[in-house]
Amino acid sequence: MERIDIHPTHKHGDFKLRVGRPMPFGASLVPGGVNFSVFSSYATSCTLVLFKRHAKEPMAEIPFPDEFRIGNVFTMTVFEIDYENIEYGYRMDGPFNPDAGHRFDKNKILLDPYAKIIGGRDVWGVTPDWNDIYQHRSRISFDDFDWENDRPLGIPPEDQVIYEMHVRSFTRHPSSGVKHPGTFAGIREKISYFKELGVNAIELMPIYEFDEFEHSRPSPITGELLVNYWGYSTVGFFAPKAGYAATGKLGMQVDEVKALVKELHKNGLEVILDVVFNHTAEGDQRGPTISFRGLDNKTYYMLTPEGYYFNFSGCGNTLNCNNPIVRNIVLDCLRYWASEYHIDGFRFDLAAILGRDALGYPLSNPPLLETLAFDPILAKCKLIAEAWDAGGLYQVGSFPAYGRWAEWNGKYRDNIRKFLKGDATVGDAAQCFQGSPNLYAHQGRGPATSINFITAHDGFTLADLVSYNDKHNEANGENNNDGGNDNDSWNCGAEGWTDDSGINALRSRQMRNAIAMLMVSQGVPMLLMGDEVGRSQNGNNNTYCHDNELNWLNWDLLKTNASLFRFVKNSIAFRNAHPVLRNKYHFQNRDYVGSGYADITWHGTQAWNADWSPSSRTIAFMLCGKHAKAGSVEDNYIYVAINMHWEAHWFEIPGLPEQLRWHVSVNTGCTSPDDIWEPGTEAKLENQHGILLGDRSIVILVGK
Amino acid sequence: MAFTATLESSGHAAKITLTGELDANSAPIFREEIEKAALTKPKHLVLMLKELDYMASAGLRVLIFAKQKMGVDVDIYVVGAQEMILDTLEKTGFIQGVIAVDDYDSIEVESA
Repeated sequence: MERIDIHPTHKHGDFKLRVGRPMPFGASLVPGGVNFSVFSSYATSCTLVLFKRHAKEPMAEIPFPDEFRIGNVFTMTVFEIDYENIEYGYRMDGPFNPDAGHRFDKNKILLDPYAKIIGGRDVWGVTPDWNDIYQHRSRISFDDFDWENDRPLGIPPEDQVIYEMHVRSFTRHPSSGVKHPGTFAGIREKISYFKELGVNAIELMPIYEFDEFEHSRPSPITGELLVNYWGYSTVGFFAPKAGYAATGKLGMQVDEVKALVKELHKNGLEVILDVVFNHTAEGDQRGPTISFRGLDNKTYYMLTPEGYYFNFSGCGNTLNCNNPIVRNIVLDCLRYWASEYHIDGFRFDLAAILGRDALGYPLSNPPLLETLAFDPILAKCKLIAEAWDAGGLYQVGSFPAYGRWAEWNGKYRDNIRKFLKGDATVGDAAQCFQGSPNLYAHQGRGPATSINFITAHDGFTLADLVSYNDKHNEANGENNNDGGNDNDSWNCGAEGWTDDSGINALRSRQMRNAIAMLMVSQGVPMLLMGDEVGRSQNGNNNTYCHDNELNWLNWDLLKTNASLFRFVKNSIAFRNAHPVLRNKYHFQNRDYVGSGYADITWHGTQAWNADWSPSSRTIAFMLCGKHAKAGSVEDNYIYVAINMHWEAHWFEIPGLPEQLRWHVSVNTGCTSPDDIWEPGTEAKLENQHGILLGDRSIVILVGK
Repeated sequence: MAFTATLESSGHAAKITLTGELDANSAPIFREEIEKAALTKPKHLVLMLKELDYMASAGLRVLIFAKQKMGVDVDIYVVGAQEMILDTLEKTGFIQGVIAVDDYDSIEVESA
C-alpha cells in the first residue's frame, strides 16, 4: 500500500517539495525524490543549494520554509530531481560572532557532513579550480551492493597479523604492474601478495575524503608540489576518497571500495580503517569553511573562552567529540562503515582526544569511548586507539577501554627499539614479549590489547631505523623541524647509504632481529608496508607530504631484497603455525596443565637462570606448547634466545620432555637461506644442550 | 542516442539488448525488462551491450538488481560490452559476478 505522505505539498519554482523526515541525517532516496536533513543549533535559516554535476553556478537555491524545521533540524523532500547528476550543499544563516563561537556566513556553500560521496577532487592530483564557489560537493549515494554472503570475518584479535598501508603508495609505483595504479582497484589486483606474505588484516591509512591540496606548496628544495599525501585531515567522514578510486571520476568509488572489501574477505583478510575524528580539514580561524564551521561551529569544535580553536591535534582545530551531537555523528559514521562497507575494525588517530571534554580536560568516563565500546552494531569490530594526542595526553596502558579497546602500544615500539640497538633494557623487552602484562594485566585486559609495532607510518621505516641515527626531513620544507626526534634508532656505523659490507650485513641482521622479536611477541603484530622488503624513505621520518618514491612501494625491492622478504614471510608463517605465540590470556608463570613446565620460563646464557641485571643484553624464554591458548590446543615447545650484545655468547638450552628434540627455526646470525626455515622443515639441532649466538643475533628453536 | 531495452526469450535464455545511454533516467526501463525476464525463469540472462554507449552508476545499480532478482543459479552473460563499460565493470568489481564474452555464439558453445 502506498504511503499517503509521499506527495508534494509545496513548490519552489519548478521544484516540488514537502516537509522531510529528520532521520536519517544527510540525503536519502525516498519514493519520488530525495530527503534532505541537516542539523544546526544556532542557525537562523537554511537554504538547500542544488548544482548540476560539475556546474559552476547553482541550478537552484531552495530556502527551507519555517515549517520544514523540526527542532534544530532542517528537513525537506525534493521530488523528481535527477539524483544521479546533482550536487548539493547548504547555506546557513546565523550570527557571525567568533567571541561567542559563531561563524555563520551565508555566502558560503557548505558540504553536508553526512555526504556519502563527495565530488570536487574526483581524480587524484588534478589541480582544482580555486575560483569554484563550492570546492567539496555533496553527492547522493546508492547503498545497494551485491555482497552475496559476505560478512566481517571475526578473526580473533590475538590471531591477527596487521599490515599497515597507504592506498595510493601500495601500487602507485610503476613497478607494481597493476592496471589501476594507486587505487582501491589496484589493491584488489595485489591480494595474492598479502596471502603470500601471510598477513590477515590490512589497515588502511585514511580513506575518508580529504583534500590532497590542503596546505600544498612547492618544495623549496626540488620545486615539486608537496601535498597532504597521507590524508590525516578529514573533509567528510562518510565518503571514501574519490581520488583513491579508479572510478572516482564516474562517482562509483563506493562500489569500488565495497568490491575491494568483499574480495579481501573472500581471501581471508580483514579490513581496518585508520579514522581521523580528532580534527577536520577546516584548520583554525584562518582555514577554509568547508562544512562544520559554517553549520554549527560552536557545537562541532572545542573552543577557547575567547572563541579560538583548541589545538590538541596539532592540526589547527579539535573536534568536540564528547558533545552529544558530535558523539552521534561519530557513531553514525562508524555504524555506516561497519554495516554498509563491512569494515572489520577501526584504528582511531590521536584517540586520546576522544576522551577530552569541551574544554580539553581528560574525562574519567568519556561518553564517546563508552558508547563505541558498547554499541550493538560495532560489537564485533576491532577498536584500536592511538592512545595519545598532540596536547600531551599519553594513555598507553591507561586508555579507557571498557573491555573493548586495544591500543597501539607505543611503549612496545620504544622498548624494543632500545633493546634492538643495544640498550640494556632486558626487563622492559621481556614485558613486551609477553604482551605487556605490566600495562594491561592488572586491568583484566588480555595480550591482544597490545598492538605491537616497531615501525608505523609515523617515523622511520625498518630499513631506516637501522640506517639512520637522526631524521633527515629536509625534503619536507620545514627546516628539518617536523617529525619526531626520539627515534631510538641506530645506523650501525654510518649515516644512510653505505657500501660497507660489514655495516650492511649488520643492518640486514638487525632488520631480521626486529621482525623476529615482533613475531614471537604475544599480542597483535603490525607490520608497516614495505618493511618486508626493506623500503627506505632516505631517513625521512615524516613523509606526510610526498607523492613520490619516498612513499611509493617499489615492487622491484621484492627481487633486490628477496632474502629479507623470505625471512619476513617465514616469520609470519612461524607465528601462524604456533598458537602458543597467540594466546588470548596472559601467562601465569606456572604449570596449570600438568606438563612439568610452566607456560613461560625465563633463561639466559645459563638455562633456568635469566640475567635481569641492569647491564644485561641477553635473554631467553621457553614457551610450553601444552599451555597454548590456555591449554585448549597442543603446540610445540618454543625457545627464543636473544643476544643484543655486541659480542657472541653461548646459550645453554633448557631440556625438553623425553622424545622431544630441539630444531632450529631461526638463526639471524646466519646468512640467507640459513637464517630461517619454513615451518615444518626445521633441521634438528646437533647439540641439544647449547648453541652459540653471534653478536646481535636471535635463535628460535622448536621442540618437537 | 535514446536508450532502448529489448527482451527476447528463447529456451533457457532471456536476452536483453541495450542501446544508447544507460543512466538514472533510462535505468527504470532496463529494470522493467529485467523483471519481465525474471518471470520466464531463464537459466541464462544474456545482456547484449554492443550498442550501449554509456553506463552511469544507476546502470550499475540495475545490473546489481538483475543479479539479485535472478538468483545465484542464473548465469548472467555480458556480451560485447564496449571498453569503457567493461572497464567500469572491472574497476567496481561487478565483473566477478558475471561472465563477460565477446559474442553471443560463444555462449551457445558453452551451453551446448
